[in-house]
Amino acid sequence: MFDLIGNLGLGFATALSPMNLALCFLGCLVGTLIGVLPGVGPIATIAMLLPLTFKVDPTGALIMLAGIYYGAQYGGSTTAILVNIPGEATSVVTTLDGHQMARKGQAGIALGIAAIGSFFAGTVATLVIAAIGAPLTKLALLFGPAEYFGLMVLGLGLAIVLAHGSVLKAVIMVVFGLLLATVGTDLETGEERLTLGFSALSDGIDFAVLAMGVFGIAEILRNLDNPEARSVVKAAIGRLLPSMADLKRSFGPILRGTGLGAVLGILPGNGAVLAPFASYTLEKKLAKDPSRFGKGAIEGVAGPESANNAGAQTAFIPLLTLGIPPNAVMALMVGAMTIHGVIPGPQVMTKNPSLFWGMIASMWIGNLMLLVINLPLVGLWVRLLQVPYRMLFTIILLFCAIGIYSINNNPADVFFTAFFGGVGFVLIKLGLEPAPMLLGFVLGRLMEEKLRQALALSDGSFMTFVERPLSAVLLALALAVIVVAVLPSVRKSRDTVFTE
Amino acid sequence: MKRMIASIAAALALSIASADAQSYPTRPVTVIVPFAAGGPTDIVARIVSDYLSKTLGQQFIVENVAGAGGTTGTTRLTQATPDGYTLMMGHMGTHGAAPALYPNLKYDPTKDFEPIGLVAGTPIIIVARKDFPAANLQEFIARAKNTGEKLSQAHAGVGSVSFTTCTLLTAQLGVKHHRVVAYRGTGPALNDMVGGQVDYMCDQIVNLVEQIKGNAIKAYAIATEKRSPALPDVPTTKEAGLPDYQVSAWNALFAPKGTPKDILAKLNETYVKALDDEATRKRLLDLGSVLPDKAGRTPEALATLVKSEVARWAPILKTTPAQ
Repeated sequence: MFDLIGNLGLGFATALSPMNLALCFLGCLVGTLIGVLPGVGPIATIAMLLPLTFKVDPTGALIMLAGIYYGAQYGGSTTAILVNIPGEATSVVTTLDGHQMARKGQAGIALGIAAIGSFFAGTVATLVIAAIGAPLTKLALLFGPAEYFGLMVLGLGLAIVLAHGSVLKAVIMVVFGLLLATVGTDLETGEERLTLGFSALSDGIDFAVLAMGVFGIAEILRNLDNPEARSVVKAAIGRLLPSMADLKRSFGPILRGTGLGAVLGILPGNGAVLAPFASYTLEKKLAKDPSRFGKGAIEGVAGPESANNAGAQTAFIPLLTLGIPPNAVMALMVGAMTIHGVIPGPQVMTKNPSLFWGMIASMWIGNLMLLVINLPLVGLWVRLLQVPYRMLFTIILLFCAIGIYSINNNPADVFFTAFFGGVGFVLIKLGLEPAPMLLGFVLGRLMEEKLRQALALSDGSFMTFVERPLSAVLLALALAVIVVAVLPSVRKSRDTVFTE
Repeated sequence: MKRMIASIAAALALSIASADAQSYPTRPVTVIVPFAAGGPTDIVARIVSDYLSKTLGQQFIVENVAGAGGTTGTTRLTQATPDGYTLMMGHMGTHGAAPALYPNLKYDPTKDFEPIGLVAGTPIIIVARKDFPAANLQEFIARAKNTGEKLSQAHAGVGSVSFTTCTLLTAQLGVKHHRVVAYRGTGPALNDMVGGQVDYMCDQIVNLVEQIKGNAIKAYAIATEKRSPALPDVPTTKEAGLPDYQVSAWNALFAPKGTPKDILAKLNETYVKALDDEATRKRLLDLGSVLPDKAGRTPEALATLVKSEVARWAPILKTTPAQ
């Protein structure tokens, strides 16, 4: 305990130096801005800004880059709520109720609760990293391919619960997502699958391309198709910030979301992706009136938003304690550290304590700054909705195109985004929801990977999933979720959960 | 007609470029990195670009064009105007192993490029999980060759450095019975190795050095002539009794075919200075890289290396599942 205080003291001393404070602010600001611009993601931004960091010391550089990363998480929710475009896989869930709130004129409240929930989650996650980050690493190492596969199957169970329409339609969309995830080069043989000869598809479909298409572009098409039901509301904006009653209602979801996010964030291979989905499912299950979900329930924003921010923070644990990046943004952070001569590994904490603890302290400071940056901006963002739609949608399209292009510097990606926009529009017309599809897509690739790894290690024996206790437990849980969803004998409880 | 216009345009471009060679570069230069930002090739490219920017007075901007094992970005370079304003940081994979791995490759590493110079070699290390029951390389080889026991090998995906170099290792050892586990990238593979799920892998020193120092995994040998200053306790493959296993993931600068000779000369001259520049040199050495000696810094030396690498990988990789 004394160590913790001493370490945090060192951290704050480092992070509060004027230079680092300025860099932290700059990172958060840039992160918020790119998060708000649809399509421009943290990966492209960090890659672009890497050369600028050559001139500052490694601690300052990392503080700034980390700021961009979690700033983008905040900003990403803004577009999810306002224009139904999830900037990241983790803000897909936010579109479900967040955007519905915006359509009802409660955009400010949704944005406010997202910021407050994220701040709380960020604070807790920072403390978790500081206090028990190192021992928690062992949890990540318990997860071999078989265990991870079990977790992914459980995640797919959640996808079914996500749907607010029919279970069958949700299953169809999940399977469609899984199929899309199989596009690209086969992991083990190097053979190209379902690429139709497009070299741009040889590495699979990019998440941003798919999400921007089926959410962003499709939403625009729908609005243009039916100007009356335009989702971007001109009507009364209402309160800008959540009321006491809103806060009270969100308190539980924020707490539970933070816990889920903090645990899942530690897992290797981007476990954080599952956190907001899990939180949403949990809140829907616990709610007295689940039918409100999907129609603008504040719990459906508060929980997932806290979960994704907590997950985004604790995802730093494997990076800081093992030097192993759990996702693409973290891999980029490894590159950034390496360029600065600090190769991350198990010894960063002892060899570079001021960098390690400085970064942790800066995370909390950064979260505070984000709250300060974001709350006053809520009014501005909401006012953006009053921009005439014929101007707004062209701007959104323009930024989408720039953002998508910047991911791989590949024009084909922009065309594929447009194509998926068309697909998304057809899905809307058919009454099929894209959220379960995106979850299927995100989990699909990991699931196949882990399944094949586990089978390679077990010489093809499926018993490995049952013999390993942790994987057996996870699969049993998944089975339970699916049984509850499908069995007619429990139809009664199912109806209350799945249908409106 | 089309061809005539093209050749006239090329001639024009050439004459304009020659006239400008003295003042080159007059605008920013793009350096294509055929991999994602943050990886070993990207880091080397950024360190060198930083020096080139400072010395030549124009920004050398790294553009990451990742995809298909680096071949997407490399193909992009062959389509660029050969005026010295688009270069790339090539790699053992894109300019050595690719022809054997990708039957539909749209370029020929030995013909479609102007070599500028070899920048650095990143040594390959053979590592195992920390509790793997073999104390040194000889014991490891004995276990690896024992068909009664199936070791598991992790690699970062077909076509990755860890895949090609470990395929070379098992080919040299003559073993085929190992469980080969494919991951997407070194990170997840390393995660499972630290967690004790897989037995061994081969990869670049920069990806593994800190985990070795922190005793999260153990190193058997480094596939170079001399020990690495970054890991002085790890024996070379020569010392450990596997002298033929000499392999490194090298990075080198290339320009598109037809880039004016004087611009190439200027770039070679400047990159040689970069390798002698104390700060740049230190940054590269800190990565565990091995820098070429004077003789290894000419375009001719690089052309020879590319030829020998293409010839080396063809027989080894043509028998892999990628085919």
